[in-house]
This record gives sequence, structure tokens and C-alpha cells, in this order.
Amino acid sequence: MKIKYYPGCTLKYKAKNLEDSAVASLEALGCEVEEIERWNCCGAVYSLAEDDLIHKVAPVRDLIRVKEQGGDKVVTICSMCYNTLARANLMMKEDEEKRDTINRFMDEEIDYAGEVEVLHLLTFLRDEIGWDKVKEKVKKPLTDLKVAPYYGCTLQRPEEVGIEPLGSFELMSGFLEAIGAIPVDFPGAAMCCGSYQVLGNAEAVQDAAGKIISTAQTAGAEALAASCPLCEYNLGKEQDVQIFYFTQLLAAALGLDAEVSRFELNTGNAGELLKRKNFL
Amino acid sequence: MSVIIPKKSADEFFEKIKELSGQDIKLCMQCGTCSASCPMSEHMKCTPRKAIHLAQLGMDEMLHEQNTCWVCASCHTCSVRCPRGIDLARVMEAVRQLTLRKNENFIEPSKMTAEEIKNCPQIALVAGFRKLTS
Ligand code: SF4
Ligand code: SF4
Repeated sequence: MKIKYYPGCTLKYKAKNLEDSAVASLEALGCEVEEIERWNCCGAVYSLAEDDLIHKVAPVRDLIRVKEQGGDKVVTICSMCYNTLARANLMMKEDEEKRDTINRFMDEEIDYAGEVEVLHLLTFLRDEIGWDKVKEKVKKPLTDLKVAPYYGCTLQRPEEVGIEPLGSFELMSGFLEAIGAIPVDFPGAAMCCGSYQVLGNAEAVQDAAGKIISTAQTAGAEALAASCPLCEYNLGKEQDVQIFYFTQLLAAALGLDAEVSRFELNTGNAGELLKRKNFL
Repeated sequence: MSVIIPKKSADEFFEKIKELSGQDIKLCMQCGTCSASCPMSEHMKCTPRKAIHLAQLGMDEMLHEQNTCWVCASCHTCSVRCPRGIDLARVMEAVRQLTLRKNENFIEPSKMTAEEIKNCPQIALVAGFRKLTS
């Protein structure tokens, strides 16, 4: 199966561990990953001001790249890219006036009306690969590893682009079960880590992140699975629970070489924990 | 303390917020669900509920003295929980924009240390500059 893939800027640098573990895992699951050509940064946050259309040009341009390169679906992994692309897509689908303005502004590009479907990798794994197939391919199940599935702010809010309804965490829990781990239900799953405020209000971020980690710890989690490099950065500073990208756990369960997960880029000793448990 | 609110500017401010956010803040019934849900409210001088109240009253100067919109992380928790259906994250954006559009920054990228820039994931820099600088 061929898939069109949008990496976004962080996965090419700071979160190379997220990209490499995801791509290697997808290949091990039988997918041919085609990175979109000439993609640009999506802008990381979706512009919330009504009159601010110029910041929507970047994500729409990425969607146009997918369409002109023959794709009807694009898979993305970073939660912030997912949120920004999915919301820009929805606007192009539903808001006729804004769609028209943006299409006319980008007159050098083909017209776009939300034809591409934006999928988060977790949704793709469940719907297009299937948990049964994932289970079949697992060589080293992460037996008894207690993992908190962490969604943060961008995977479920706003509701119209959420990868699953508010308050339900079955998608990532299903994933964790498929790789043999034990998903830990914890109240911090959809709490925000403080996001970009790490630049403006580092103390507030530290408090927000600390609360998430302590709820995970109280619930008995040894590790936390994330899909956002900014969450990994903010939460990783708290040392009590080890933060992984969900794709690193997948790569380990599929029996892939530890090198694809580049644990040296994680905060803390991510690789150590898996080694100690004989998962690597 | 008595406060005199000039009617004309209150309406003007209210309309400006509505234009930028698409939200009708007069719908707010001051229940405080937003403040209770906000992961950042402990670091705000004025909670989201109080900020909305100031905005409802057209007290824009007092609102601009608060740090509410500058501590907000745009996490949309308040937006999905508001019983009056106000997308408060958008209101916060409108209040931020009213300052940013005057070329005033909340953070100065040039003052960041090389270490900080090196350690930060790219999305933190892009998002932070988008939300906190003009
Ligand atoms: S949750 Fe909504 S109605 Fe309640 S105080 Fe906040 S903005 Fe007002
Ligand atoms: S969007 Fe802003 S005000 Fe609302 S809950 Fe999140 S941080 Fe608080």
C-alpha cells in the first residue's frame, strides 16, 4: 500500500526519532511511504482570528501539493501539523467565501476545495492497516509495560477535527493493546502541556506538565506515549515517567533495530527502560 | 469602586472582539467553567472568566493590563466546555491580536539564548512566534 506522507519541520530535525521510527514501522507493516514533494511548514498553529487568511495559505498549499501529486489522503504524525492541516482542510471544504479568496490569492496553484483527507497516523493504523494485522506483525510484544496514552490538546480539540470524540481514548489504547502493552487510563490524557508557552511562560508550562506526569504516575504508568514533539519536550523535562513517541513503541514491538528509534534524541533514558524490560 | 464606562467605546470594543473572534461574548453567564478547566489559569493575573467579564463591560484598558491572553496556550479546553458555546480560545486570540497588530511583542526572539533556540522543537518556535510576536 502506498501512502502520501507529510512530515512537517520538527520531524526533520528535533524529532527525527519520531519520523524515523514511524517510517521504518510503516515499511515493516508493508506500506510504501511517499513523502510529499515541495511541502512547506504548516505554521504549527491554526490561526484563530476571523480575518487572518494569510496564515492559512501555508497549510492549504501543502494540501494542494497532495492533490496535484495524485493523493486523496495524506498521513501526518505530529499532532500540531495534524490539527493545523485538518482545520485548514475543513475551512476549504466548508467556507465558500474563504475558499474562494484563498484560491484566487494563490492563482499560480490549482484550485482546492478540501478534496484531500487528512489522517493522523493512529487513525491510519487502525482503519487502513487494522489492529489485527499490527498484532500479527508484532515480534516482541511489550508485555506488561504500563503506558499512559497521551493526546494533549490537538488530537481531540476542536471536536470537528478530533481523531476521536472528546473524553474517549480508545484509539491510542487500542494501539497500545495491539503492541502488547497495557494502556493506563489517567485523567491527564487530554490536558494541555502548556504548548508554545514554553517560550513565554516557562513556569506555567512546568506546572501544567508536572500535573500531567503526576496523574500518569498516580495511575501506575511507567511510560507515556505521545505524538507531538512539543509535548515530548515539555513533558520530558519531568523525569518521573518516561516519554516515548508511540511510533518508537511500535518499532520496538515490531522487532526493528533500536537505531531507527534514535532514543538519544528523547529526553531521559528512553532506550534504557525498554532494554531493562528486554524489549530491545 | 465606581467605574464609568463610556457607552460608545464599550460597543466599539465589543464589536471589534466579535469581528476578530466571531464570538458573542455577551452570551457569557460567568459560570467559571473556563477558569476551572484552564491548565494555565493559576499563572494568570485574571482568570479567563474575569477576562471575559472585563471584555463584556468594554473595559479594554483594564483587560490589556492583564496577562490572560499572553498565558493562554490556545488549548481549546475552555472552548469545548463552555456551556454557552463561546469559543474562548478565539476570544483570547482576538485580544492578543489587538496588541500584536500595534507591533507590540510579548516575547523578544532576539533575546532568546542560542541554547534555548537549539533545544526547542521547531514547532515551539513557529507557534510561539506566531502567538506572541507581531
Ligand atoms: S465557561 Fe463560558 S459562560 Fe462560563 S464563564 Fe467561561 S465563557 Fe462564560
Ligand atoms: S484556550 Fe487558553 S484560556 Fe482556554 S483553557 Fe486553554 S489556555 Fe486556558
